[in-house]
Amino acid sequence: VAELTGDAATRARVNDIPVVLFDEVPFSTPPALASARVAIVTTAGLRPAGGSAKWAGGDESFTALTHGDHNVTIAHASLNFDRTGLLEDLNVVLPIDRLDELAANGTIGSVASTHYSFMGAQGDEMSTIRLDSGPTVARALRQDGVDVVLLTPV
Amino acid sequence: VGVLSNVLEQHGIATVALVSVLGQAQRMKAPRALYCDFPLGRPLGAPNDSALQHRVLAAALGLLDTPQFSVPLLATFDEVIIADQEDAASCPVPPRLDPNAHPAVDEARGLRAAYQRTIARTGRTSFGKTLTVDTVDDAVTAFIALADGTPLGDVVMPGGGNHLEVAADLRAYYEEAALSLTDGPTGPRATEAWLYEHTETGALLHRVQAALKDAGLPPGKWLYFMPMTRSRLF
Repeated sequence: VAELTGDAATRARVNDIPVVLFDEVPFSTPPALASARVAIVTTAGLRPAGGSAKWAGGDESFTALTHGDHNVTIAHASLNFDRTGLLEDLNVVLPIDRLDELAANGTIGSVASTHYSFMGAQGDEMSTIRLDSGPTVARALRQDGVDVVLLTPV
Repeated sequence: VGVLSNVLEQHGIATVALVSVLGQAQRMKAPRALYCDFPLGRPLGAPNDSALQHRVLAAALGLLDTPQFSVPLLATFDEVIIADQEDAASCPVPPRLDPNAHPAVDEARGLRAAYQRTIARTGRTSFGKTLTVDTVDDAVTAFIALADGTPLGDVVMPGGGNHLEVAADLRAYYEEAALSLTDGPTGPRATEAWLYEHTETGALLHRVQAALKDAGLPPGKWLYFMPMTRSRLF
């Protein structure tokens, strides 16, 4: 690791950290993409603009992001990723304009009215996301008619 | 994203995950995942490159055709973007305003207008964990005291935050100001390299991190003071 630089060094340092393991791989069958309603769920720690820039490591809550709103506060706790791409173009993490274009040309059926953000600097249990905040977001997505979710990290 | 994938799939929502750390992705076993070797923080590849972003989305959404007997499927995107961490942005710093002020304090004050131009232009920021633009020079002053050997417990951080949050805010302030000082787009980590390798405050932050370590403080008090790739203490 000492000989690596930049993202290669960062990746090497976090490559083997514990992740939550599941016995089975869950699977939902999506509809045809051309009729699917698509949302984005990111772990980038985004809040609507004006929200707190502080999101403590281990905080398993979430935020709702209205589709079409490009103004956000980046509140992720980690120092170890580039923020300037996201500052210049929200789509590099939350590709809402790209999804609008895919909906307009018929590649996907429609775009969700709301997207969601968690914050990726978590411990190795994440029981609140598994049992509370995660299911809450899932139910809200279902209520919005969402069939497919694109998950994006930072 | 592995836990979120699991939860959403259990609620009847099909997921496809962009993943940025291969070892983690191999173990988390999301049903459909696309590994992209892009700079961390840019999972769709590059800002303002809609063609590339569409290629990533096409590859990711194409995984939705994967039959159940083939999951978990971890595919690799066929384009790679490598960021050189030493490729610093070229940012002309405003001339000294107050020759009597510490160079880092004077520098930070001089960047205020650039920071404000960036947030006005983008509508996005990561600044404000504990500081405001009015307390940035107080933060730099506090770090000068730390670098000069004042014990951490004797230095009052502006805004009531801890020194790690204040350091993160200073970084955000500088990097976001830098986006209005460069000509054209900046590469990943280019503003980070500028701050930590080419500015007065960057030099100060290195001195503070060394002072915190030399004071015998536990790693949690200094390890997360700056990005791990910038620290000279690893």
